[in-house]
Amino acid sequence: MLNASILTWLTFLPAIGAVVVMFLPRHGRAPQVFTLLLTLLLFVMALHLPTHYDYHQQGFQYELNVPWVSSPAIHYHVGVDGLSMWLVVLVSFLAPLGVLISWRVIEDRKSEFYALFLLQQTAMYGVFIALDLILYYAFWELSIVPLALLIGMYGRKNGRAAAIKFFLYAFIPSALMLVGMLWLYTQTGTFDLVQLQQQIHDWSASGSITAAHATGLWLTSLAFLLAFAVKVPVFPLHGWLRDGISEAPTAVAMILAGKLGLYSLLRWHIALFPTEAAHVAPLMVALGAIGILYGALLALVQTDLKRLAAYATLSSLSFCVLGIYAFTTASMDGAVYQILNESVSASAFFMLLGVLYERYGTYDMAQFGGVAAKMPRLAVLFVITTLSLIGLPALNNFVGEFLILSGSFQTHERITAAATLGVILSAAYMLWMVQRVFYGAPSAHVTGLVRPDVNWRERAALWPTVALMIVMGVASIFWMRAIDLTVPAMAPKMASTHTALDVRMASTR
Amino acid sequence: MTPSLYLWLLPLLPLAGFAINGTMGRRLPKSVVSSVALLFPAAAFVQVLWISAQAYHGLALPYVERFATPWIAVSGFHANFSFLLDQLTLIMLLVVTGVGFVIHLYSVGYMAEEDGYWRFFSYMNLFLFFMLTLVLAANFLLLFVGWEGVGLASYLLIGFYYQKDSAANAGKKAFIVNRIGDFGFLLAMFLLIAHFGSLSFTTVFASITAHPGMQGGALTTIALLLVLGATGKSAQIPLYVWLPDAMEGPTPVSALIHAATMVTAGIYMVARTHVLFDRSPLALGVVAVIGAATAFFAATVGIVQTDIKRVLAYSTISQLGYMFLACGVAAYSTAIFHLMTHAFFKALLFLAAGSVIHALGGEQDMRLMGGLRKKLPVTFWAMTAAVFAISGFFPFAGFFSKDAILAATFQSPHGGKLLWAVGLVTAGLTSFYMFRLWYMTFFGNPRYPKHATDHAGHATHGGPGVHESPWIMLLPLVILGILSLTGGWIGWPEALGGHDWITHFLDPVFGNTVAPATVASFGLERILAGVSMLTALIGWFLADLFYRRRPQLADEAERPIQPLHKLLWNKYWVDEIYANVIVWPILVVSRNVLGRGIDEGVIDGTNTAWTAGARGASSWIRRMQSGNIRSYAGWLAAGAAAVLVVVLYLAHLY
Repeated sequence: MLNASILTWLTFLPAIGAVVVMFLPRHGRAPQVFTLLLTLLLFVMALHLPTHYDYHQQGFQYELNVPWVSSPAIHYHVGVDGLSMWLVVLVSFLAPLGVLISWRVIEDRKSEFYALFLLQQTAMYGVFIALDLILYYAFWELSIVPLALLIGMYGRKNGRAAAIKFFLYAFIPSALMLVGMLWLYTQTGTFDLVQLQQQIHDWSASGSITAAHATGLWLTSLAFLLAFAVKVPVFPLHGWLRDGISEAPTAVAMILAGKLGLYSLLRWHIALFPTEAAHVAPLMVALGAIGILYGALLALVQTDLKRLAAYATLSSLSFCVLGIYAFTTASMDGAVYQILNESVSASAFFMLLGVLYERYGTYDMAQFGGVAAKMPRLAVLFVITTLSLIGLPALNNFVGEFLILSGSFQTHERITAAATLGVILSAAYMLWMVQRVFYGAPSAHVTGLVRPDVNWRERAALWPTVALMIVMGVASIFWMRAIDLTVPAMAPKMASTHTALDVRMASTR
Repeated sequence: MTPSLYLWLLPLLPLAGFAINGTMGRRLPKSVVSSVALLFPAAAFVQVLWISAQAYHGLALPYVERFATPWIAVSGFHANFSFLLDQLTLIMLLVVTGVGFVIHLYSVGYMAEEDGYWRFFSYMNLFLFFMLTLVLAANFLLLFVGWEGVGLASYLLIGFYYQKDSAANAGKKAFIVNRIGDFGFLLAMFLLIAHFGSLSFTTVFASITAHPGMQGGALTTIALLLVLGATGKSAQIPLYVWLPDAMEGPTPVSALIHAATMVTAGIYMVARTHVLFDRSPLALGVVAVIGAATAFFAATVGIVQTDIKRVLAYSTISQLGYMFLACGVAAYSTAIFHLMTHAFFKALLFLAAGSVIHALGGEQDMRLMGGLRKKLPVTFWAMTAAVFAISGFFPFAGFFSKDAILAATFQSPHGGKLLWAVGLVTAGLTSFYMFRLWYMTFFGNPRYPKHATDHAGHATHGGPGVHESPWIMLLPLVILGILSLTGGWIGWPEALGGHDWITHFLDPVFGNTVAPATVASFGLERILAGVSMLTALIGWFLADLFYRRRPQLADEAERPIQPLHKLLWNKYWVDEIYANVIVWPILVVSRNVLGRGIDEGVIDGTNTAWTAGARGASSWIRRMQSGNIRSYAGWLAAGAAAVLVVVLYLAHLY
């Protein structure tokens, strides 16, 4: 019973919570205490998923499929597989941390903040669990609105401009996607993921796909791809990212980029349109590699911490894009694992930047210097997070990046070799940043403000991420079992590590 | 059944020390911190001795230990936590834990007055953890964990005085330059996966051995990429630039990490993967040439430096070049032999230099030393042993290993007379600059200011201020001094009536890659040994002339070769060249072309266009919101019609 309803509870409890928050006393700590407790409850509930998951079964689990609207045929169809299960847990893990780190930062319009925050949780859960295209689309659109509002209402100084930019970037491609969805429905009569996959597969398998169908599939797949690629973002569609991240409050920056788009690329682009995806894959691989280097090179010359973080994010996420579209077992497994890693580490990074901002009121690196002498505990957390982000072996990001790169290398040797240069650049910009903020003699700005080191609340938000960085670095197998069973099977059938490997070995011998 | 050796415990011992001091050290008294910091490395050393005893009593090598749960596993590829023990590992373990422990002991005295005492020792233990992981690893990926991990420890320890900009810069530089090497290492691993589907040493090497026809080609590429990695970690041309700067770290760090152990990881890695290199004469040639060139190049810079630690840093680069040369002529066991003797005498040189620096209250400039022989007798004799050892005087340790390298270079089919000649000249230069250091530090008149130190209160003997170090620092000097004298005897060549035990011991690992010495070649070997002794003597003689008997001669000799001196003094301007030719263009292009041009120009430009378009559309839409119900109804109808048309049209079309 719980198995069938758990996903529904997870998804809609936050929405109910959002309503409740609006009725709580607006002053005092009631909104954040309530939100914290609710998100903690959700996290505990989410742990039900991995503990009761059948690690030998490839398909969807915790599935629920009930008719919702009879015509057009829309179902309330939800479920998770190895791709989405850990993402649901990830969302649940990050939510309480987001609340803790916002605790004293958000003072104005507090109820609205936490209500929107919870609504955003609902949207994210929904995106990851929906297996009906219309249901998925509803959550997808829903995920745009709270984020835009949160950036606009709680942004730094140009929050509204950044919010509008984000909204337009996210919304316009989504509208195109809707057209594609309607076309699909007119042709297949279903919105159900599994049935759609089957139908599209049958068209191609019959060998006599009509020209109209072929064109339609192409246009639809491109519309889907565009919507997702903007959301990731994939270079050169990252125009909203820098301002979005710069302006967003910490708890929003943590969830702004990455996982929704990357997940959707796998679930609703590659798995739905394998033929078309295989054709655009070389382009996506190239854009991934370019994004890695482009983001890293720009991060190298930033003077604002948040802008540096934005370009670093572009670079890290591009690793995932590269891995997904390289279509090898290792690279796809690595890419999905890297979505988790990147979220954990980048969230820690954003929280740490927020802690710095809370104390020194600036993100300008020139104002910093010598913070380590003033806040040794913060420095320790910051350095560990940095090491995670630059892919130090035995920490989490290394496992993901290594699998992505070693896998992609098997099908795209030169491009991957170029992308691997990113590991040098990431070390350069991150360590340079650490040096400018934490090392050297304390700057005038830092000396002038006497500020406390990280407090218990911040530590409670930061240490779990740091612990995960280590655990996910040495015990990847725990997460990888489910991923490996599901994700590589999503690749278009022509390519796999084995065939590439066999060819190579034959040629060598 | 083979008894379990608990290899997994070995790296975990110092890791426990790191964890305890790292988390609680701030609140613990110094005595507890140092006890923890010494106890765990000591336990590791004892375990290594126990393992050695097992090996002596006939334990079958190689011995492999593997965790049942893999570290990384996806369909078609997996990597384990697996440890390998063979003769090569054993030598490395003895060096790492033995020299490592001795240097920890020394540090207790050296660092006694420093803030962040606990931080220092937790990093040192962390280093040992990664270094032991590196040498025990049974696959490339786990080796890489240790490889980057020791780099991390090095970064943290170079930047130990993080409030000093120079220290913070040096730490960062070390990490980034090493990352360039690691880039090569990573690509090598990707290629290994492509060709062998595995990163396990056993699988890869067995697969190569099983295919005698596999020559060059991909193997050359892999080997050369590994060499790129090794040039980073072992400070060879072109990536050596980080090591001189790394001297910003406390002196025990320079001794342990930047002389005795970590920097030899590149040599260890080449030796460990010798099966690959044996199949690629080109890669071997590259290694030999890089090694010889680095040895010579660094030695020339070492001649003119005046900072005692910088001299030793360039000397380390030069000696690592020798080891590279040995690997390049496929004399791997000789390379490991020199690695070991070098660990003894170079650690000793650094520790003795540290004792001098300590005595002078932090002074590192040799121009401000002199006459310390009487004041620091134990340090002096220890340094003397080390200087004789590195210069290659019989019967000190360095003589045997360096002579073996030169002999192998001369005789090996991969070597040649030119490489040998470069090695020989370098030996002369080495002798010269080491005796120069010796004379400038310990002989002549004191050149340090009388109030150079504020240790007056601690003075035990000698004049006020300058004093010999405490016993906890001198004991390591004595131990390493004895090893610098006797450590080479295990490689006493057969040509000189010895048994060359070390080569035979390592034979099972390297096979007979070195042509077995024949009685016929003994004569040649003796002549070569004589020649290198003579060269060392010439170096000593010149140093004696310039820096003891006629000090003014050094200045006179300098004048006619002023440009050359300037070139050497500025270390061939390599740092400046790198900064201006590589770093600066990258930053300028990133800032102006990518940043201003593409990101702000093209991408934000597109944005602006979009926004303008959206604003236009919204004003048009605003006009529709007239408040007139009839117009709303009209729009509704039009919209519905449009949807209908679209759906019907599309349905008919497809």
